[in-house]
Amino acid sequence: MDAIKTVKLTKKYKDTVAVDALDLTVKEGELFALLGVNGAGKTTTVKMLSCLTRPTGGEAFLDGKSVLTDAEKIKRIIGVSPQETAVASGLTVGENLELICDLYGFSKEKQKEKIKELSALVDYEKTKNKKAGKLSGGMKRRLSIAMSLISEPKILFLDEPTLGLDVISRRELWDIIEGLKGKMTVILTTHYMEEAEALSDRVGIMKDGKLLICGTPEGIKTAASSDRFEDAFIKIVREETK
Amino acid sequence: MRAFVFAKRNFREILRDPLTLFFGLGFPLVLLFLLSAIQRSIPVSLFEIEHLTPGISVFGLSFVTLFSGFLISKDRSSAFMSRLYTTPMTALDFIIGYTLPLIPLGVLQSIVCYLAATIFGLKLSLGVVFALLLVVPTCAVYIGMGLLFGSILNDKQVGGICGALVTNVSAWLSGTWFDLELVGGTFKKIAYALPFVHGVELQRCALSGNFGEMLPHLLWVIGWAVVILVAAVLLFLRQMKKQ
Repeated sequence: MDAIKTVKLTKKYKDTVAVDALDLTVKEGELFALLGVNGAGKTTTVKMLSCLTRPTGGEAFLDGKSVLTDAEKIKRIIGVSPQETAVASGLTVGENLELICDLYGFSKEKQKEKIKELSALVDYEKTKNKKAGKLSGGMKRRLSIAMSLISEPKILFLDEPTLGLDVISRRELWDIIEGLKGKMTVILTTHYMEEAEALSDRVGIMKDGKLLICGTPEGIKTAASSDRFEDAFIKIVREETK
Repeated sequence: MRAFVFAKRNFREILRDPLTLFFGLGFPLVLLFLLSAIQRSIPVSLFEIEHLTPGISVFGLSFVTLFSGFLISKDRSSAFMSRLYTTPMTALDFIIGYTLPLIPLGVLQSIVCYLAATIFGLKLSLGVVFALLLVVPTCAVYIGMGLLFGSILNDKQVGGICGALVTNVSAWLSGTWFDLELVGGTFKKIAYALPFVHGVELQRCALSGNFGEMLPHLLWVIGWAVVILVAAVLLFLRQMKKQ
């Protein structure tokens, strides 16, 4: 079954077309990366798919449910880690995780079980009583991702999860994302070519709201006749500009 | 249920902000001590403890506007709000969650204020209990203003509008610092058209046992609370949809 299917999905802001008739299919359990330069339409696409903003045209289905008519049902099966760190800064790490569990109506037993599952991700024993606002950038990002994972989403959106992180933190997050493969459908937006190439089953390259190409990293390199993924990306984006 | 979960988070966030303790509890108490000290040296009927305490109690509530406005505007500008919008939370959950924790906070503030006033001679009576119960409708006015300003302004603007304007306007027009009869004219008319002086009078009536005079003040405050809360909810929903 398709986890995500978009049909001519469009978002216009006055005179600007942020996403232009996007047709995209993502299979269940797939890790799909959306790549593109600034303003390509990646974040707007994620916002439409996660019911944060309403499309101005077209339609999208997540697990067969429409973003136009089934937003409440979709919200129960998705997890979103926004581009910026999305934590309650005045609450401790433990309280942040409990907050999300409570919002999804988890029992105390299930809450404990879920926190235990994610304890390594946030180094729970050391950080549980620390205020989220006092954590390092990398740890805040980990907490933000843990908060999006704790609700057991079928589809997880990671919007530029490693943006601004140091090399070590980025690699650690790569390991975490890699570990999610097959367990849930993951949509990853990123600026980093090596990240998309290393982690994704398939990559979609966007520019000016349009999907230029969609395929495996190897397939994209072949299509652009390039040995390096970054060169392939640049070639595809530049050719479109010409 | 989700509304209560969110309310708990908001209660914690507000209480853990040191500014809450300073402005919400410390500042009104400093004023109470200061004005009571003035009253001891130069007796002024306005600053008699039975008169002063309701005024300080209402003045303290203006910081509730600041706390709620700040929290909402900060949430709105952060990715945390985006996260919450992708959870099964409804608009009603958000509104209840932002409103609910501020009622006990406002009442707690007034309890501390009344307890501190006993040091300066206020007698603990049934009137005090009624006065504290009547804090709730006035508190709703200030919570509504916080929800309203937090929905349309950014946190810097909230600091200016709620931290300076609301606190000053509600202080000047509440008849706490000076007798509105002495100013008279348009100033007095404006003051009596707004809810602040009625909030103070309401508590003064309760404290002195003048229950018969209470109703017009109570209705005025409730009327304003309804108008402000409805406007705030509509603006919050509009903002939510826009985001």
